[in-house]
Amino acid sequence: MTQVVLRMEAVRKSYGPTVVLRDVDLEVPQHTVTALIGASGSGKSTLLRCANLLEEVDDGAIFLDGEEITDPRADQNAVRRRIGVVFQAYNLFPHMTVLDNITLAPRRVHRMSRAQAEEQARELLARLGLADKAGEYPDRLSGGQQQRVAIVRALAGRPRLLLLDEITAALDPELVGEVLSVVRDLKEQGMTMVIATHEMGFARDVADQVCFLDGGVVLERGAPQEVFGAPREERTRRFLRRIVEAGRL
Amino acid sequence: MLDNPEVPHQDETLPSADDGYQPSARRLERERLHRARTRRAIAVAAASTLVTVGVLYLAVTHAPGWPRTRETFLNAHYARIALPQVLKGLWLNVRLLVCCGALILVFGMLLALARTLRGPVFFPLRALATAYVDFFRGLPLIICLLGVVFGVPALRLQGVTNNPVVLGGAALVLTYSAYVAEVFRAGIETVHPSQRAAARSLGLTGAQAMRYVVLPQAVRRVVPPLLNDLVSLQKDTGLVSIAGAVDAVYAAQIITGESFNYTPYVVAGLVFVALTIPMTRFTDWVTARMNRRQSQGGAV
Repeated sequence: MTQVVLRMEAVRKSYGPTVVLRDVDLEVPQHTVTALIGASGSGKSTLLRCANLLEEVDDGAIFLDGEEITDPRADQNAVRRRIGVVFQAYNLFPHMTVLDNITLAPRRVHRMSRAQAEEQARELLARLGLADKAGEYPDRLSGGQQQRVAIVRALAGRPRLLLLDEITAALDPELVGEVLSVVRDLKEQGMTMVIATHEMGFARDVADQVCFLDGGVVLERGAPQEVFGAPREERTRRFLRRIVEAGRL
Repeated sequence: MLDNPEVPHQDETLPSADDGYQPSARRLERERLHRARTRRAIAVAAASTLVTVGVLYLAVTHAPGWPRTRETFLNAHYARIALPQVLKGLWLNVRLLVCCGALILVFGMLLALARTLRGPVFFPLRALATAYVDFFRGLPLIICLLGVVFGVPALRLQGVTNNPVVLGGAALVLTYSAYVAEVFRAGIETVHPSQRAAARSLGLTGAQAMRYVVLPQAVRRVVPPLLNDLVSLQKDTGLVSIAGAVDAVYAAQIITGESFNYTPYVVAGLVFVALTIPMTRFTDWVTARMNRRQSQGGAV
């Protein structure tokens, strides 16, 4: 039987009078990939930020490995140690080399020795084809390279769950492929992931479960074949038609 | 279980959602926990403050020399005599602060801009500004003050004032402009070059890019260090008393000189502190408001 890594129950989040997430339920089993799709402003990023406790939910609850992380008594830092996040804008620290970016959390948070942290970092970099970039500063790398470094940085904490927030949205089309192939590899290795994305073809290939968000509500959820092939909701159909017209699927 | 219909919609802090949303029992429990935690934090803060203040109070009042110290530094009689004099003197400090502060901001900005000018044509201007900053930032204020206040009248120039307040103010402006110029320059340099590139790409000239895009961001970033310099200036306005102008510090000194009681100095010190606090709170409030407007929130 599979274990559920992340579970959301009736999550609600609003900024002032704007309700961004409304009654969102979600279950992410171990070793599976969940893709969040939907127009900009539909709540995909907010959902990920809530899961990582970067935002406080107004109502509902979020569970990581069955433990409620939205409980005010939960140790937020301990929760974040078990979740890796990759942001749309990379968010690498510009004043540190690639190697220092990656080893910061293992050394300061996980109390790994410098040698051990660097060995692990170099191994991960090599696996993502970045072995020669360890000593570089982020601003000297291409967008695709920076984003792969950001993925390595997220992986270096050995997370239970990886959250990817539109990680290819800021990349040139020819650089998108190298980042997505890294994500495919991670899936092969059994990493549990939640991915907010505009890359529909990628979502269809890689996801085990697709959630279509619209106005802060999970309007449709299911296997990619169902959501993309035979959407039940009219709004999903309209969204997918727009995507097809834009040549993105 | 999640939506408890028995719980009335009464929490004032809730956003006015039009979807008939009712806070769940879970949320109410969470909010109760938050409130309990806040109450506990306040109690802990109050207790620790009480203990700290109590220990300090006992330590001071049980010092062997306390009765004598209290008589010399905290004498109510002399405080009453000193306060009106000190306040009258303070008026001079305030006027100096406002006039010098405004001039310093203008000169500091001009110096900073001169140092950021590019192109060989501007070399003399750039060099002059750099030399000025190097010199006046290194020169001790008191020496600058003595030089201006006593040196300028010694020249016996026609039409140049001998008023010690004006000359003292000029010395303050000379020194502080150099400091403030460096603060502005640091702010200008923290604005990312891409902002300038974006502005130039819209067809703005270099000066326009500076005026409308770079400076507004730079100035916002340096408000806290600028305030720091302003508070420092406020205290240094007291130094004009060496030229014979009666400001708050000098007024206190006069009374102390007659009575050999130091209470007037304490009064003057407290009056200065009282003057800076509202200024600090005001700028904190302004910067916080700017930040709120520009950035999205978050729990971290």
